[in-house]
Amino acid sequence: MAATLIDLAETPVRELNRALHAPGGADVWRVLNPRGAHAVACGVREDLAVDIEGHVGYYCAGMNQRATVTVHGNAGTGVAENMMSGTVRVRGNASQSAGATAHGGLLVIDGDASARCGISMKGVDIVVGGNVGHMSAFMGQAGRLVVCGDAGEALGDSLYEARIYVLGTVKSLGADCVEKEMRAEHLSELGELLKAAERDEDPSEFRRYGSARALYHFKVDNSAAY
Amino acid sequence: MEPATHGLRESATFDRATIHAIQRAAETGIYDIRGWGAKRKLPHFDDLLLLGASMSRYPLEGYRERCDTDVVLGARHAKNPLHLATPVTIAGMSFGALSAQAKEALGRGASEAGTSTTTGDGGMTPEERGHSKHLVYQYLPSRYGMNPDDLRAADAIEVVLGQGAKPGGGGMLLGQKVTERVAGMRTLPVGVDQRSACRHPDWTGPDDLAIKILELREITDWEKPIYVKVGATRTYYDVKLAVHAGADVVVVDGMQGGTAATQDVFIEHVGIPTLAALPQAVQALQELGVHREVQLVVSGGIRSGADMAKALALGADAVAIGTAALIALGDNHPKYDAEYRQLGSAAGYFDDYQDGRDPAGISTQDEELAARLDPVDAGRRLANFLRVMTMEAQTLARACGKAHLLHLEPEDLVALTIESAAMARVPLAGTNWIPGAGL
Repeated sequence: MAATLIDLAETPVRELNRALHAPGGADVWRVLNPRGAHAVACGVREDLAVDIEGHVGYYCAGMNQRATVTVHGNAGTGVAENMMSGTVRVRGNASQSAGATAHGGLLVIDGDASARCGISMKGVDIVVGGNVGHMSAFMGQAGRLVVCGDAGEALGDSLYEARIYVLGTVKSLGADCVEKEMRAEHLSELGELLKAAERDEDPSEFRRYGSARALYHFKVDNSAAY
Repeated sequence: MEPATHGLRESATFDRATIHAIQRAAETGIYDIRGWGAKRKLPHFDDLLLLGASMSRYPLEGYRERCDTDVVLGARHAKNPLHLATPVTIAGMSFGALSAQAKEALGRGASEAGTSTTTGDGGMTPEERGHSKHLVYQYLPSRYGMNPDDLRAADAIEVVLGQGAKPGGGGMLLGQKVTERVAGMRTLPVGVDQRSACRHPDWTGPDDLAIKILELREITDWEKPIYVKVGATRTYYDVKLAVHAGADVVVVDGMQGGTAATQDVFIEHVGIPTLAALPQAVQALQELGVHREVQLVVSGGIRSGADMAKALALGADAVAIGTAALIALGDNHPKYDAEYRQLGSAAGYFDDYQDGRDPAGISTQDEELAARLDPVDAGRRLANFLRVMTMEAQTLARACGKAHLLHLEPEDLVALTIESAAMARVPLAGTNWIPGAGL
């Protein structure tokens, strides 16, 4: 199917997003010359395919629902933030807070992701081909973060129920984040995530991290004092 | 024996509340967490008086001449600004902190009075959307329940940077209120002591906030007004930065603003009074040339039409109420005094919103307690209260010769104390002296 072409060198981002939000529009889109523009293809709620040929700024594909958005370049802060469903793929590297607070869908970053990747994640699956920066999955509530490279400092700090898989080294674990046993169901789900991200790493070589759940409650002698 | 009649003297420094606080801390080893706002005495709107008309000003007839009350919020950039019948709105309070019945009652009362209500840290419920004609959707650091469908269903979006009860602190909801429904909406384990982040996860400063606001506008196709809410601290600078970031409306919440659960030390010792913050905010807007173009909503201890009239006279476009709205619903009602006492409190003192055992059925997730609050009755009481506030403000505005509440101005005010004169930047009553003016 031929893609509908939008050249951001000539068309404002507002026009692009308006077109993507309009019901009954084209199903396949190709965006040229993003040149680091912010909020490209955010708020899309239909099952569209959007290919962005170049680097994007902040919040590309923010709050995505159902669409498949591919960035053929690098992405700025907060790519796919608060995504609900669909797939977002960054062929290059992603800046900080990739997939922040996202509730669902799949975010794939072929390169590295910077600090706070998956911060406050709420059900999204994130697969990073390279490394992730410090404080990744901070306060992660649900979903899975897969890191095929190394993880920076304070991985999984104050984690809730999100699960983290790392192939490389972990510089340090954050508060209440511990290494956990890799059981069969974890190998299985990791295998599926890697497959969905079109990666060929061996799940058995990863380590799993999760919450020790020691910070879930204030520890006091007299809880009635709350 | 009444100690005072026997010559015993209570320490002003170590009064009974202070002694109790030390004893409680020594017993429990944990700081005090409670609801409500600052309870200490602060310079407030009671310290200001309005100058009614006489010879030099011309009053309006109290019951015969119009004094309009409507206000438009958010017309700076949004296609669909809010048109409210009265400049008193309901501040953000979450489902979770409050029962579903209480949230419904807030929506009903606000809608009947023609004004807006606001979600809180925990997402939007169908009850409050369905019963709120004008609903402001809060965008908080936790992003609990944040959903683009709800964003589009809202009438305005409020980016929350802080609140007056705890500027610099995140939300808190203790485990006894994190029921299955609340936990499900927030994607949290049932019964967890929820302590939210205090900073947004995907932006870190005013320059980033401008891009975040751009994204929210793009997602909602530039239809919704975007508010920015700050707790009152460095208000002059915060308001300027909020305007530069693109806010349509700035909400300033003074330290008397309420909370459902925060450390007492935070509530009482962080932030500045509403009276001190308001003139700073107005100055910032005026210097940027956007006073009245970017609307200013002020909250924190607003209790009456007099408070509203004085806040508007100082330059606010609207006020917001939280604690007063809960009281109108039935909070701290004397009929529950015996039950409050069983909880170690009393009617008029109850502030254990964090505890979830509210006999009035407002700050609870207990189904039996929550069922005590009839949303229709409670909504009617709130609507009555909002009407009374509006009529009180109109009475005062007419006395000052104003045909619209927003025509009230600082020139209509004087201060009773040197402190309030300095903070409000109006003269001490009977003088031309504004302490600090011209410095």
